[in-house]
Amino acid sequence: MVALMAWENPSPADAALPTAAHNALAPAGPQAAHIAGLWYLIVGVCGIVFTLVLLAVLYAIWRAPRATETTPAALHDDNPRIRRSVVWAVIVSTALLILLTVASIATDRVLAGLSLTDAIHIDITAHQWWWEARYDDAQPSNRFTTANEIHIPVGKPVILTLKSDDVIHSLWVPNLAGKKDLIPGRTATLTLQADREGDYRGQCAEFCGYQHSYMAFLLRADVPARYQAWLEAQRQPAAQSAAALESRGRQVFLGGNCAMCHAIEGTGAGGRHGPDLTHLASRESIAAGTLANTPENLARWISDPQAIKPGANMPPTDLPPDDLQALVAYLSSLP
Amino acid sequence: MQKHNAHQPLDQAAQLEQTWRDPPGLPGWFAAINHKSIGKRFIYTTFLFFFLGVAIAGVMRLQLAVPQNSLIGPDLYNQLFTMHGSTMMFLFAVPVMQAMAVYFVPLMIGARSIAFPRLNAFAYWVYLFGGLMLYGAFLLNTGPDAGWFGYVPLAGADYSPGKRVDFWAQMITFTELSALLEAVILITTVFKLRAPGMSLNRIPLFVWSMLVTSFMVVFAMPAVMLGSTALLLDRLVGTHFYNPAEGGDALLWQHLFWFFGHPEVYLIFIPGLGFLSSIIATFARRPIYGYPAMVLSLITTGFLSFGLWVHHMFATNLPELGKSFFTAASMMIAIPSAVQIYCWIATLWTGRLNLKTPLLFALAFFFILVLGGMTGLMLASVPLDLQVHDTYFVVAHLHYVLLGGAIFPLFGAVYYWFPKLTGRLLDERLGRLQFWLFFIGFNVTFFPMHQLGIQGMPRRIYAYAAETGWGPLNFIASCGTLLIVASLACFLANILRSRRSGMAAGDNPWGAGTLEWATASPPPAANFIRLPVVHGQEPLWDMQRHLSEHGQIPSPSYVEGVAANFRQVLATTPLDACPDSRPQFPEPSYWPFLCALATTGLFIGSIFTPWAVVWGSLPVACAMIAWFWPRHVDRVTHAEQEYRSDGA
Amino acid sequence: MAPEMHTVAPAPGKGRHSADSNQALDVSSLPTYAFSHRSLMWWGTFGMMLIEGTVFGLMVFSYFYLASHADVWPMSRYAPDLAWGTLNTAVMIASAFPNHWAKRAAEAQDLRKVRGWLLACMMFSFLFLAIRVLEFRHLNVAWDSNAYGSAVWLLLGLHTVHLITDTVDSLVLTVLMFYEPVGGKSYVDVSENGLYWYFVVFTWLPIYAVIYLVPRWIAS
Repeated sequence: MVALMAWENPSPADAALPTAAHNALAPAGPQAAHIAGLWYLIVGVCGIVFTLVLLAVLYAIWRAPRATETTPAALHDDNPRIRRSVVWAVIVSTALLILLTVASIATDRVLAGLSLTDAIHIDITAHQWWWEARYDDAQPSNRFTTANEIHIPVGKPVILTLKSDDVIHSLWVPNLAGKKDLIPGRTATLTLQADREGDYRGQCAEFCGYQHSYMAFLLRADVPARYQAWLEAQRQPAAQSAAALESRGRQVFLGGNCAMCHAIEGTGAGGRHGPDLTHLASRESIAAGTLANTPENLARWISDPQAIKPGANMPPTDLPPDDLQALVAYLSSLP
Repeated sequence: MQKHNAHQPLDQAAQLEQTWRDPPGLPGWFAAINHKSIGKRFIYTTFLFFFLGVAIAGVMRLQLAVPQNSLIGPDLYNQLFTMHGSTMMFLFAVPVMQAMAVYFVPLMIGARSIAFPRLNAFAYWVYLFGGLMLYGAFLLNTGPDAGWFGYVPLAGADYSPGKRVDFWAQMITFTELSALLEAVILITTVFKLRAPGMSLNRIPLFVWSMLVTSFMVVFAMPAVMLGSTALLLDRLVGTHFYNPAEGGDALLWQHLFWFFGHPEVYLIFIPGLGFLSSIIATFARRPIYGYPAMVLSLITTGFLSFGLWVHHMFATNLPELGKSFFTAASMMIAIPSAVQIYCWIATLWTGRLNLKTPLLFALAFFFILVLGGMTGLMLASVPLDLQVHDTYFVVAHLHYVLLGGAIFPLFGAVYYWFPKLTGRLLDERLGRLQFWLFFIGFNVTFFPMHQLGIQGMPRRIYAYAAETGWGPLNFIASCGTLLIVASLACFLANILRSRRSGMAAGDNPWGAGTLEWATASPPPAANFIRLPVVHGQEPLWDMQRHLSEHGQIPSPSYVEGVAANFRQVLATTPLDACPDSRPQFPEPSYWPFLCALATTGLFIGSIFTPWAVVWGSLPVACAMIAWFWPRHVDRVTHAEQEYRSDGA
Repeated sequence: MAPEMHTVAPAPGKGRHSADSNQALDVSSLPTYAFSHRSLMWWGTFGMMLIEGTVFGLMVFSYFYLASHADVWPMSRYAPDLAWGTLNTAVMIASAFPNHWAKRAAEAQDLRKVRGWLLACMMFSFLFLAIRVLEFRHLNVAWDSNAYGSAVWLLLGLHTVHLITDTVDSLVLTVLMFYEPVGGKSYVDVSENGLYWYFVVFTWLPIYAVIYLVPRWIAS
């Protein structure tokens, strides 16, 4: 009860977040589409059975004569028609259950059979309460790390390698595939593919502590050309603006606590406790899909993250207004 | 003729009352061991925790009613949903079924007492202290916040420092100890204390359901006790059961927890099936159709429920082949439930219906539980489960199953048996009002959650952004909660009003057929003035029929030769219920209460220092020895009363 | 127990009825106590054995589960020393004999023999508890070294708790046997305590195999 007073208003957003689809029955890829197909089959079969059971109960209530407490109880009435009906109902139910089991296992096989030729490999590491994504490449200089925003090309299979840095999380993009847990000490994989261009919302589905609620990410499926362009941009080290304000912001970043936890490629800041900020300005949102990525929100987040995501691991940063403004300008200049 | 007890001379009734009643006054309250006193307290306590759990749920619905609500923060919210789940699962749903059984099973099988009455009192006190400890910790801002499922490593020492999770894990030790003891007590009661003639094929279906439940408790609860003990050891003395860095494994906890957790769902559901069978038989004015099929279904459900636990872990990286097996098992458990549902429909179809409140609650089962069962099939399917697992779809599913399968039948059972407990009927109009408010409120609250899950809303979130679009459905769900609260207010009002001024019930207000209705309402301390002899599945109806067909009641109709001046009971054989021996039961005692206090000291102490296990076990041992030790005067009188028929 | 005891009870409906009323089933000839599964105490003990057996089974499952995820087992490379554990196994098996005779004597209600054999049991109790201390000291791993150590300590610890409770139970019963009059119910208690003793001794055998032999098999 004391905790009632322990947190300030956590209300996070004032600028609207970008809209991203999140609906398991609006599939944008083969995995989710197969599952949706299975869904409609099961809903259909179950719906019919449910309706029949209800009708039987209602009809029984309607047809049975009324009684009171004093009505003598009937003790013998073995009606062979009733017995036959019960037996048939059980047989039909069993057959339907077997049908559903077979359909489910068949769907499972189809999901496992997604062709993985030319698959994109992305390593996902979940942290309390954000997502780290490392894009693998045969060429070491082409590897890069980003956070809370995953881009994939339309029409190509993607293999996500899933790990956790702390507690159990679960990765879920409803429009594309089912979820998979990220368990410390274990490695799991999730394969998915997007056939339609678009922004899809993902969120942690396994309770993981204080900010389980605000541990989202954006998955953008792009046409291959745009995806390639994004890839090229992400592979670059951070932009170095010559403008005075941005340079000062860079000093604030490197001289303060920020660099202890955050990395910005090309600056020497290599902290790995928090999200990689090399291309922060290219992302749609900050704080794991919690706030729209605007300078105002960035300033709010930096100065008091606990007011927005109570319990988050990022400490408040008490900066003079000028420094804060410069830092925000610098971070906003990292496309 | 149902009142054949009344023919018995009054002095025997008075003598029995003298022998079997609990000691008077407040001090006597702590020494009480009569299963009806303990059962009543047990039922009231479980309902107290139920109302607390509902209140917590109300606060959560308030928080979630609108997006980005700032009513409560994550720290409190996480405590609230953990308390809600833990309360409902550990402090309400399982204990309330055992509590009902503690009161009614001895009456339904025609026994003087429950087996091991002192142990029964001890089990109640341990349960009570465990619940009070958890709520005490919660009020001191040390409420558990890692979920009722306490997944490691979040519940481990690294990510849940402080004592919150320790209190939670120790609460499990309390409640599971209590539940395990009750299970042993009920198994012994059902196998050894049935009225002569109540062979296995005449046991009331509710008693069967509690027997199956008790066996499930025996095999399921040790898993969570072992798991939570290992969790406490990891947290307190640095063992590494769940620590992957030192060879432990986070999934070991999930296996142990769900090996308990899935049967747990069924051991809440199966007593509910027993309530339904009692209610439907009475209000359809005929025995349940297909008794052997019903019993076999209960037993099959009990067995199969141990083969489903992995369907809570489909999203982990377990081998796919194994998951297919669990899909098949999870689908197949629907068959025994279907058998029972069809048998009930056949009962209603061929019966004559007395549409009173208990039957309304029973009928709601066919809508709510069946719908929950259908969504359960979706969760059994690996691909579908991966979409809806850990979303509000599951929240909807589990409430449909647990409320439809257990709580609606439980309310029906309360309306049905309240007259037996108090001698007064609950008000029928308030009852109907409560039913409709509850039925509508329940569906308004939980039905939209299916859609929320499909739309990607995960469980256990304290807030959500407006852009997710989850606001309107959440608002509707929260409005439904108001109807549920109104319904429970009707219920409380009905209880409080009727227990004083309700219509007098008499022995058998519903014209039912089982033995608990063969005695006064409320029953005397010894349950039956004359112990009954049973000649059929529904003894009172059989007696009526026999009387109308043969002009007399079947003979013999009651037992003679069991002492009234000391606590002698009649034990019968396990299968055929032939009279077998006349053991003597213990007198009321303070020691179960004191022993529970000592146990509480040990359990709470060990949260703070492992040495409490050492020094804490001394008072426990002393209390147990004192409890066990016969008084000299008892030893002498026992020796006089003893009689061993084989001449030894 | 002798099976003919079951026939003592009249079946309902065909039992003897008292003379004054043919509606009554007279059970006044039934014994006030009985041994084995005719006693409620047997069912209580049986229930506890089911529960505790399940705990042991789950603990053994956990042990193998952890082993199946480990590269090296035992993780600390040294299996527990065989000597004390094996000696204790022998002591426990030997203790089944005085226990058997104490149980037999209780069922024959032979007070002198019950006292004697219970005292013999107590000697064995103190012996295996003393050796158990040495067993802990020769496990070659601490509970907080790694998951293997945790599992071994918990497994041995759980069994030790049973040894201790069984010893205390037996001690209390032994003392009780010296307070006369000793009632039939007390003999039943001794008999059921003997059953529980068997349980504690015989569950040790698989646990012994898991703690002492399995690490050697896996390692080789």
